[in-house]
Amino acid sequence: MTNTLSRAVGSPLARLEGPAKVSGAARYAAEYPQDQMAYAWIVPSPVPRGRLDAVLTDPAEEDDVLVVLWHGNAPHLEKSDDPELAVLQSDRIAYRGQPVALVVARTLEGARRAAQVVQLDITAEDHDVELRADHPDLHTPDEVVPGVPADTATGDVDAALATAPATVDVTYSTPALHNNPMEPHATIARWDGEDLVLYDSNQHPSGIAKTLGTVFGLPAERVHVIAEHIGGGFGSKGSARPNAVLAAMGSWVTGRPVQLALPRQAMFSMVGHRAPTVQRIRIGASLDGELTAIDHESWTQTSRLFEFVESPGVVTRSMYPVPNLRTSHRVVPLDVPTPRWMRGPGEAPGMVALECALDELAIRLDLDPVELRARSANPGYLSCLRRGAERFGWSGRDNRPRQRREGDWWIGTGMAGATYPANAMPSTARVRALGHDGYEVAIGAADLGTGARTILAQIAADELGVPVDDVHIRIGDSTLPVASVAGGSSGSASWGWAVTGACRALRESGDDEATFDTTELVGKMPTDRHAYGAHFAEVRVDAVTGEVRVSRLFGMYDTGRILNPRTARSQFIGGMVMGIGMALHEESVLDPALGAWVNHDLAEYHIPAHADVEQIDAEWLDEPAADLNPMGAKGIGEIGIVGSPAAIVNAVWHATGVRIRDLPVRLDKLLPSL
Amino acid sequence: MKTFEYRTATGLADGLEPGAVFLAGGTNLVDLMKLGVATPDVLVDVTRLPLDQVTELPGGGVRIGSAVRNSDLAADRRIRTGYPVLSQALLAGASGQLRNMATTGGNLLQRTRCRYFMDATMPCNKHLPGSGCPAREGDHRNLAVLGGSDACIATHPSDMAVALAALDAVVQIDGPAGSRSIPVTDLHRLPGDTPERDTALEHGELITAVDLPVLPVAARSAYRKARDRASYAFAVGAVAAALEVKDGLVHDVRLAFGAVAPKPWRALAAEQALRGQPATRESFLAAADAELAAAQPLRDNAYKVTLIRNLTAATLSALTGDVR
Ligand SMILES: Cc1cc2nc3c(=O)[nH]c(=O)nc-3n(C[C@H](O)[C@H](O)[C@H](O)COP(=O)(O)OP(=O)(O)OC[C@H]3O[C@@H](n4cnc5c(N)ncnc54)[C@H](O)[C@@H]3O)c2cc1C
Ligand code: SF4
Repeated sequence: MTNTLSRAVGSPLARLEGPAKVSGAARYAAEYPQDQMAYAWIVPSPVPRGRLDAVLTDPAEEDDVLVVLWHGNAPHLEKSDDPELAVLQSDRIAYRGQPVALVVARTLEGARRAAQVVQLDITAEDHDVELRADHPDLHTPDEVVPGVPADTATGDVDAALATAPATVDVTYSTPALHNNPMEPHATIARWDGEDLVLYDSNQHPSGIAKTLGTVFGLPAERVHVIAEHIGGGFGSKGSARPNAVLAAMGSWVTGRPVQLALPRQAMFSMVGHRAPTVQRIRIGASLDGELTAIDHESWTQTSRLFEFVESPGVVTRSMYPVPNLRTSHRVVPLDVPTPRWMRGPGEAPGMVALECALDELAIRLDLDPVELRARSANPGYLSCLRRGAERFGWSGRDNRPRQRREGDWWIGTGMAGATYPANAMPSTARVRALGHDGYEVAIGAADLGTGARTILAQIAADELGVPVDDVHIRIGDSTLPVASVAGGSSGSASWGWAVTGACRALRESGDDEATFDTTELVGKMPTDRHAYGAHFAEVRVDAVTGEVRVSRLFGMYDTGRILNPRTARSQFIGGMVMGIGMALHEESVLDPALGAWVNHDLAEYHIPAHADVEQIDAEWLDEPAADLNPMGAKGIGEIGIVGSPAAIVNAVWHATGVRIRDLPVRLDKLLPSL
Repeated sequence: MKTFEYRTATGLADGLEPGAVFLAGGTNLVDLMKLGVATPDVLVDVTRLPLDQVTELPGGGVRIGSAVRNSDLAADRRIRTGYPVLSQALLAGASGQLRNMATTGGNLLQRTRCRYFMDATMPCNKHLPGSGCPAREGDHRNLAVLGGSDACIATHPSDMAVALAALDAVVQIDGPAGSRSIPVTDLHRLPGDTPERDTALEHGELITAVDLPVLPVAARSAYRKARDRASYAFAVGAVAAALEVKDGLVHDVRLAFGAVAPKPWRALAAEQALRGQPATRESFLAAADAELAAAQPLRDNAYKVTLIRNLTAATLSALTGDVR
């Protein structure tokens, strides 16, 4: 396809790097050949809490081994604001799986074997890894993700609940989840003199460069981070992880380029997780469904190293207008790895409790769940509810549960709202006119497979008035103009804004090169704006086995201007598939005695297989949010996982009459009640 | 991963030196080696031996070479028509890519998926005798309700083996001490005090083939597997069944359960209870109950008892209705 469309934005352009990816030509972090490459393997702590007294090795046995690093011999690192990056700096063990030593060897096999047989002299201590809503160490955190207050209150919630004609009071829980992008975290580190070069799989090349600079006492410009292609991250690659620091350390000590690619098992420790939550939600309403009060309480966990607080209650602060509203978060530090961002942090688990509780309220009021929400919905959300219901074929639904049976299958439908903040962050882009060769657009952005590179080319093409083929995008490199993280569904808005500005500046100035920094403009952007949506699900539940299948899943979104319907659709339905996983499959299973998540591979940690995704589709209103940014775009990367799990849980209730409040909904939980 | 030698087996009953093991498709063994759970010194590849054919036995029945790939076996016409339960069981397992690699012998001898067993850094009586069984107090949602011991409650994960157990299959073995054959139901051991030993095989014994007897009832047979996602997941409960009904009564029946015991669980008590009984859902449930009376569920796996009960009734009922 040649791209001679007069308007590239809005056309379903295929990903520019698609052919390179499917033919294997595209390089991921661990795939850059290096002279004299050495291979590193992490030795994880076998205990969740204690002290590492010594590391004993028998180098004679492992002649491939170049060095075994641990806190007794590792180079000193400077402090950064993430204590997880202070690797091999102390004898303290904060969680099972924490790196306590690093083997660097001439071969990958040699490194792996030596790491397996290394003898650790450890003094284990009593540990505590179990989240409970009555844990004595629970406290109110200073702030919760994304840097907002832990507690809020308006009106008189207790009085409103006490007098409300209809109430629900329910507790939902969500398990620990792990991001598990297809490409595990990986780094090749090389020192060119005093300069550090990192091929690293991450969502933020300039951020990683800055952090690694801090850790190694270098100015950021002496660290060169290359992240050309990334096999997903879902938030877990938003900041530097220990693999980057360890590879750089190994390379410093051995004088060779060092590759460190995490095995899948390590994806369940040092790279982050979505913390488990327990959420109690109380809603008060009038008999015709006007919401008078909501109290949303959340309990979650963090590590002993760092207070990162998953924030389910935050979404409830903006989803519905309620005169009496209280949200609170309590957190307990445990001997576990530090939780971090995972697609829709806060919103995804929060909307499980809120939208399932609303379903329970609708049942109590004998109201259609769409109508209940419609009473409190803003115009964009309302359009999604109405149009989504029409497209899904919602009308005429018998709201009573356990009414439809086909063969062994109970069949039901459910729905839930969706939302995500419209974010943008400061970024800088540069455009150069290359004469006959078109234009080079450079920005230190990262394309996780989302299509970011492609839509930036579309935006630039339209601003420059040229075909997309004339635009050469350079991203994924910390030496390019500084861009914000590929996170918070903010990439397109943030980077597109900078690219638009640079292209306009080039045209207006008539120069060969222009640079544009959005810091000032972003500072003036409204901060209280959201995307909205509605999810609709049809499920069937096998009366014999309790197995659940999602026959249909549909999302209708109000997400501003859609820049590329093809890549947008894959973001929406990708989020929805992850929503299926959150509702039905994903769970990191904790062994409290060992202090470990025991199902730490993809055979045992289930994400949806192709066969779990039957009919799935997404549509959107495509109404530009002109006052937000020049493209009129809102983020679309996360909204698909916000609310879709609740739609499925609600549909399971409608199919069977069984209400599961403890995710994931699995056959062993359903079977006793079928 | 420990360094090892590799060689190709040249003839049957070569025997194996200590520290050597057979390698077939490698889909289980190589994973365990990477994880440090299996640490052989030598791999002896048996996939080049002439054991990759499905042939008819002189007196009827079918011989399945131990190196026959799971995908080939599932597609074999004689299996699909004469023993559909086996074809269905194979196709319910793993993924297309894995079935293309996996062999009959390797599938039978694959090890448990118990999550502690698969992690060399954790205690487990099966991979490190005497280190304890954390599953009993910990994660045992998919572990045994039948046949377990204090030392181990691992489940055997194979789908294929459950069908073979129902079909009265016989395992042909060749070894340094000569050849022998044993019923497939005697191949796997119950753990008792020695969970580190999965099977009745001696070191160096090679499975050469699995024989399926002439079994008319098998023509009307089915495999039904429940799992935590639609595809590419091990069973959490499975039933292999063959049924022949005459005049409304159960004339002949074969029944085996999967994912509930350390071995594919031939349900002899249930079969016994069914023979001669009316082919009704009530009898099927009663038969399942007869077998499951011995179940010893733990905190998180009691659902398996309900699941197997339901699956048994549903699978046998479906076979009753099947008028091919
Ligand atoms: C992700 C995943 C999902 C899976 N899902 C399922 C599933 O749903 N259902 C299911 O049933 N299975 C499943 N499997 C397991 C798969 O079926 C087995 O790994 C496979 O059948 C093993 O066969 P192989 O030939 O590769 O054996 P190998 O790995 O080569 O060998 C396994 C064992 O058998 C021994 N061995 C092999 N051949 C012989 C012989 N002829 N004589 C003596 N000893 C021998 C080896 O020494 C080794 O100990 C899954 C596997 C994976 C990795
Ligand atoms: S059940 Fe068996 S395999 Fe699992 S931990 Fe216990 S001893 Fe090991």
